[in-house]
Amino acid sequence: MQHTISVWVRNEFGVLSRVVGMFSGRGYNIDSLSVAPTLDEEVSHMTLVTHGDDDTIEQITKQLHKLIDVITVKDHRDGEFVGRELALLTVEPPPEARAEVFRIAEIFRGKIVDVGQKSLTIEVTGKQDKIDAMTRLLEPLGLQSRVRTGPLAVARGSAR
Amino acid sequence: MTSTGSDIFIRCLREEGVDLIFGHPGGAVLFLYDAIHRHGFRHVLARHEQGAVHMADGYARASGRPGVALVTSGPALTNAITGIATAYSDSIPMVVFSGQVPLPAIGSDAFQEADNVGLTRPITKHNYLVKDVADLAPIVKEAFYIATTGRPGPVLVDIPKDVSNMPCEFDYPREVHLDHYQPRYEGHWGQIKKALSMLLRAERPLLYFGGGAILSGASAELRALVETLRIPTTYTLMGIGGIPGDHELSLGMLGMHGSYRANLATDECDVLLAVGARFDDRVTGKLDEFSPHSKKIHIDIDPTSIRKTVHVDIPIVGDVRNCLQKFLKVLEEKDLSRFHERMGPWKQQLEEWNRQEPIAYQQHPDEPIKPQFVIDKLFQATHGDAVVTTDVGQHQMWAAQYYHCQSPNNWVSSGGLGTMGFGLPSAVGAQCARPGEPVICIAGDGSLMMTIQELTTAVEENLPIKVALINNQYLGMVRQWQEIIYDDRKSAVDLSVAPDFVKLAEAFGALGLQASRVDEVDSVIEKAFAHPGPVLMDFRVSKTENCYPMVPAGSPSRKMLLRDPD
Repeated sequence: MQHTISVWVRNEFGVLSRVVGMFSGRGYNIDSLSVAPTLDEEVSHMTLVTHGDDDTIEQITKQLHKLIDVITVKDHRDGEFVGRELALLTVEPPPEARAEVFRIAEIFRGKIVDVGQKSLTIEVTGKQDKIDAMTRLLEPLGLQSRVRTGPLAVARGSAR
Repeated sequence: MTSTGSDIFIRCLREEGVDLIFGHPGGAVLFLYDAIHRHGFRHVLARHEQGAVHMADGYARASGRPGVALVTSGPALTNAITGIATAYSDSIPMVVFSGQVPLPAIGSDAFQEADNVGLTRPITKHNYLVKDVADLAPIVKEAFYIATTGRPGPVLVDIPKDVSNMPCEFDYPREVHLDHYQPRYEGHWGQIKKALSMLLRAERPLLYFGGGAILSGASAELRALVETLRIPTTYTLMGIGGIPGDHELSLGMLGMHGSYRANLATDECDVLLAVGARFDDRVTGKLDEFSPHSKKIHIDIDPTSIRKTVHVDIPIVGDVRNCLQKFLKVLEEKDLSRFHERMGPWKQQLEEWNRQEPIAYQQHPDEPIKPQFVIDKLFQATHGDAVVTTDVGQHQMWAAQYYHCQSPNNWVSSGGLGTMGFGLPSAVGAQCARPGEPVICIAGDGSLMMTIQELTTAVEENLPIKVALINNQYLGMVRQWQEIIYDDRKSAVDLSVAPDFVKLAEAFGALGLQASRVDEVDSVIEKAFAHPGPVLMDFRVSKTENCYPMVPAGSPSRKMLLRDPD
């Protein structure tokens, strides 16, 4: 089962490799990972998506806690959370499909952030399944590439 | 006069109460070695960096205080890695200082440059690169704090050469501020009471303890608990010495080469109280058949050890000593007579198993020396009170079976990583920690050759360590597996081409002795202990002896092989 985990870490040199190294060293998977500083610049927040049975997830959270630079770990299975991801999709539609691409972007509340002679790039945010759905619709219309951040998560109704 | 990084290094060590360090110099640590010279700090020169780290490890295990090692950059650090990983596997408190190329050269593939922090990340509890001399003292303070608190472990501090020569005022922090690193020492009262009420309802209880009992300094509490409960007790390789091996309630070691009764007791018990042990695969055998009838209580300071492999019914996170004190406190008010009575049939069963298959050997006076006989003789000669270090292999398991260690911190053996070559350098470290006390290194002929150069350090420091080489001219444990599991195809295990160990000892400046007949063993041991310096005793033992019981890897622990197949 997929789990979204928030990890607050001391913004120290090498902290990302400590976290990632724990996963690879113990054979756990990282499905996605995003990292950036919080309002407190000495602290970074990681949103980590992983999967495994309950015992595995329990070990993962304990092992994360054990790292000296890790401040807090929150497994979001324990409560509701908002998960959002950002994607940039670049499409090269045939001329007759250009309007269709614009329409899809609008339906998904995407924004055209770059327009070229042949290609256009759409920025879209939302839950993972929304981005998956949009990807499916754009594929037959000349989708060239997609980059996505992986989800960011924040617990509902809590400061942290 | 303003200090430089190298002065700060020495003054930090003094603040931490470090009395000696083990190391090997080189380019990137020249300023640090200059400070060692200028400040007259005690330094023991190893002949290989792996040896230096094992020495610090042996020092830590034998003293209970953190060991300190110093090595230079690049190849020195890669040599040290085996030692650091050994200490990490066994949770040994240690601080290793490594040299690094100067800050501006980092990342340029400079001479003797390696990514020390990257290389040691998975084998240290934590590590640091000192990028500013002003950070040096706070980092050293944190390093010792982290190494020695919670579940102990090695911490590496990587010091670039220029940092060690930068000027800086010395200001040692009084405290460490690590809000998010707060190991839990206090066992939870509620869990402890729950655990005891489960335990006291048991008919076939078993206590199983490991290295955590030694590391937390809990052997007095452990023994009090065992004797109050009168509970049958077994221990892991790392737990040896926690209670005397020949204590009437001791079943001996459990696991792959554990005693018959200890393994059957584990299989049959109805409540298993695990104390500072981590259900290692060498203990459990086949996991899903491990102790299938028992409810399990697990005391450990490291939450990741709990439910890592084995399901536990009552977890107790906390320091072993703290938890056992609370157990004893609760027990003060309990009437244990019915509990003691109920264990009667269980204890008879344990006795019966011991009668069927005791840990025993037979030595015929005209046959080759049995390795067990040598270890038995060493035990008798020292009454189980020597500090014993071992290498890894058959001799290690026989030492665990036949040398009944009487006290904690007297058993120095690489359990988790199983590092051949650990014995001799760790004996050097142990003897430095415990001058005037007998230190025996029970070595294998395969293992000893991996770190034999450290005999020079023993000679230089005039350390009276006694190396008892169990010389069967084989990589015996590998040979044993090949005989039993690989249809007797002996692949690359013949060590009959070997140096003359007596001459080798003499070449190093130590005393070399040899026993190849049974009637020579006593006199060799006697001569060795009468000699004031280091001694290598070459015991030419049976080439074919195997170590039993043996639980083949992947088998449940009740399915032991007990003797050589016909």
